[in-house]
Amino acid sequence: MVAPLLSVSALTLGVRRRGRPDTVIVEDLSIDIAPGERFGVVGESGSGKSLTLRAVAGLLPAGVEVLSGGITYDGKDLLGLPAAARRRLMGPEIAMIFQEPMTALNPVVRVGDQIAEGPRRHLGLSKGDAAQLAVEMMARTGIPDPARRARAYPHELSGGLRQRIMIAMAVSCGPRLLLCDEPTTALDVTVQHQVLKVLEALCADGGTALAFVTHDLAVVNQTCTDMAVMYAGHIVESGSVRDVLGDPRHPYTKGLLDSAPDFDQPDRRLVPIPGFPPNLAARPSGCPFAPRCSFAVDACTAAVPARELVAPGHTAACRESDRIFEGALA
Amino acid sequence: MLHRLRFIPGRLVQSVPVAFGVTLIVFFLAHLLPGNAALALLGERATEQSVAALTAQLGLDQPLWKQYLIFLQQLAQGNLGTSLTYQTPVTQLVLQAIPVTLSLLLYALVLALLISIPLAALAAFRPGGARDLGVRGFTLVGQGLPQFWVGIMLILLLGVSLRAFPVGGYGDDAAGHLYYLFLPALTLAIAMSPTIIRSLRSSMISVLGAEYVGTAKAKGAYGVQLFRGHVLRNAAIPTVSIVGVNLGYLVGGSLVIERVFALPGLGSLMINSIFTRDFPTIQGVTLFVALFVVVVGILTDVVYTALDPRVDLSRTARA
Amino acid sequence: MSAPTAVLAARRQTRRAARSRSLRPWYRSGTLVAGLVIVGLLVLVAVLAPVIAPFDPVKQDLLNALQPPSGTHLLGTDKYGRDVLSRLIWGARVDLRVGFLAVLIPFVVGTVVGGVAGYAGGWLDTVLMRVVDVFFAFPFYVMVIVLVFVFGSGELSIYLAIAAVSWVSYAKIVRGEVLVAKEQDYVVAARLGGMSHARILVRHIGPNVLSQAIIYGMSDIVMDIMAIVTLGYLGLGIAPPTAEWGSMINDGQEFITTQWQQATVPGLVVVLTSLGLSWLGDGVSDLLSPERRK
Repeated sequence: MVAPLLSVSALTLGVRRRGRPDTVIVEDLSIDIAPGERFGVVGESGSGKSLTLRAVAGLLPAGVEVLSGGITYDGKDLLGLPAAARRRLMGPEIAMIFQEPMTALNPVVRVGDQIAEGPRRHLGLSKGDAAQLAVEMMARTGIPDPARRARAYPHELSGGLRQRIMIAMAVSCGPRLLLCDEPTTALDVTVQHQVLKVLEALCADGGTALAFVTHDLAVVNQTCTDMAVMYAGHIVESGSVRDVLGDPRHPYTKGLLDSAPDFDQPDRRLVPIPGFPPNLAARPSGCPFAPRCSFAVDACTAAVPARELVAPGHTAACRESDRIFEGALA
Repeated sequence: MLHRLRFIPGRLVQSVPVAFGVTLIVFFLAHLLPGNAALALLGERATEQSVAALTAQLGLDQPLWKQYLIFLQQLAQGNLGTSLTYQTPVTQLVLQAIPVTLSLLLYALVLALLISIPLAALAAFRPGGARDLGVRGFTLVGQGLPQFWVGIMLILLLGVSLRAFPVGGYGDDAAGHLYYLFLPALTLAIAMSPTIIRSLRSSMISVLGAEYVGTAKAKGAYGVQLFRGHVLRNAAIPTVSIVGVNLGYLVGGSLVIERVFALPGLGSLMINSIFTRDFPTIQGVTLFVALFVVVVGILTDVVYTALDPRVDLSRTARA
Repeated sequence: MSAPTAVLAARRQTRRAARSRSLRPWYRSGTLVAGLVIVGLLVLVAVLAPVIAPFDPVKQDLLNALQPPSGTHLLGTDKYGRDVLSRLIWGARVDLRVGFLAVLIPFVVGTVVGGVAGYAGGWLDTVLMRVVDVFFAFPFYVMVIVLVFVFGSGELSIYLAIAAVSWVSYAKIVRGEVLVAKEQDYVVAARLGGMSHARILVRHIGPNVLSQAIIYGMSDIVMDIMAIVTLGYLGLGIAPPTAEWGSMINDGQEFITTQWQQATVPGLVVVLTSLGLSWLGDGVSDLLSPERRK
């Protein structure tokens, strides 16, 4: 077993309030990502998946803190590192891509300079060398005429090009872990496909591990090898993409699959999951999905179910998993 | 960027009606009171000769429209009339006074930025914190200070008590100018700062919350580097607009400050002319200052365009 | 939606907007209370000047000129032997009165012009805004000084001068507000319901727009007090020997080395006045439009 590159253990994120109980957003979350692995995190808006990524990057929004748990990168305890040391990792070791490239790129700086910023700071390249590197990176992400495009400003480029700029920026220092926060959500489907291909190629070339957060199952299916499903701040199922999507063992995952359109079965009825995700401040005790679960029993609301192995390399946090899915052995 | 500057000719054209309006108003200054304009303007100075002289100079015996045309014609030739007090062309007096006023304004602007940017940054980094409240307190009090009084207080504290700076006059050479202009420039800078700080602080707060700052942090940017490279330029953009709008008020303030510190600039020229009832000079300085403000407005748009590559003023319709 | 329903919806929206404005009790706002207290005190001092001022502000007493602060003359005497404290107290009358009165004409004229320009739109708007642009090119103090010269000395010419220059700010603000307001759904609905332009202006657009003008007006009062004090300092304000803070500072500047309180104290009083008025203005601003709080 190769040592994981990134290891999140029992991470709990939330907002500390004076005199009142903490508002927990992500609870007891554990993920391991091996070097070069492409790991997808799927969930609805508000499930906490973006926050988890930001916690790894050290970019939690104001007010949100790590309440407990740990994050280890390459054996180093990220949370215990002094701020300066952690900043040195951002770029050459860990890089991040954001959802909306229009707002994630500085509107008054040329894109070439933005890509060059990381290498200049972390690799000590001169201005000229960094600029050249930027153009190379742009070429590798498939941007046509990169030398001219490098002098453009973000608003002069299309969405797909901007996202490629973000990717070029992120891989410019050769990181070993790439955090992607819904990088294709704001793009057209055709552009989405191209951008994903670029990401995959770059990661394969550089042996870069991917932590890919999205709400789109199809994207995870295409791009990732392993995945986790999040609901209301908890991981409810995890395993290889083939296992989780092909043989789901948690009612929520099944619900997601049932409610998503499938080109192979155009006449299949879409079954939405009834209800809404819980209000974070007023969480139900027990399994977070219980209120919306058609298979819930009394025991489900008593305590949060632990993640249990339902098959080799495949975990699900559901007490009733065996009962619900016993007939579903593919 | 150069192609985005093509709005300038259009703007200049747009400014023409405004410039005409300015000349119209300045022209009509002489005629605001009923009765004989020359008599009214000369006040106690009025004698038969002086009334006749002023009437001749301003062409007051001609029909109004004709007077205006003569006025414009002389303006086009750079002729702003002749000072009643000094018997020299007003244009010459104005040109002599301009360097003083201009130096004061530029000096004040530099000092104002040196004061405002750090204070705004201090406040914006942690809104609601102690430093923020301190800065906001400063701006609140700062807005209530009469500019000339601040000048006098600075004279008292730095000129009289500490004898660190001279209390009046202009100095003889470049270094002397810098020395003599320091207190007046500082006074103006203190007057300018609250507006700049308020605007900068607000835009810095919104920039600091922007996604691209997150991206920069994800690249490891931090502190002054983050600030200079990403925050400042973006935050400056709305502030430039606001400063531009306030510039007119500031120019007026500088005129008063010149009086406090006995600086031989446009302000002193203007105020002395008021006391000596030297109307042509009054008119000349007013006209010049107003047109200067119009030009500064266009310059502000240029700076704004230079800072923000998204802006293309040649495309937007004038609101 | 049928026309009567639309009009009802419009009325309901205006009423709801009005109610949300008065949600927070006014006495809860610290700035408002502080402002009220300071301004109230100043107004009180001004009103009671004849009663509380220990000396006659204009009576000269050359034998006692330039006395330092003492038991009888708490702030000393000026170069004519007049009691500085009494002049300070009587000065409040002049400066406060002029400051408050000077906003009236610009407020009315500017609001009307801006309202008409914004609502009518088209060429009328363009022309009026060009006029506003022209006025904006003149620096405030330059214009006020020149106009005071032209109109002659005296209080009336100060009002006229300030009015001639300040009305443009109101026009610009009101026009901006009207432009936004007239596109609002409830105004469109009222038009569809057959309401006349005048009625719409007064009942629907008016209240929201006026509140912005009032908020600006409060800061304008501060600016006008600054203006009259500055004019006084330059010797262009209310003629001597009337006590006025600006001219007091001017008188005092001569003796900055020996009797520095003569120039300093009136300035401090001006600062206090503008602070109080600013707080009052902020408080009123919060009251009238809490959703716009910076």
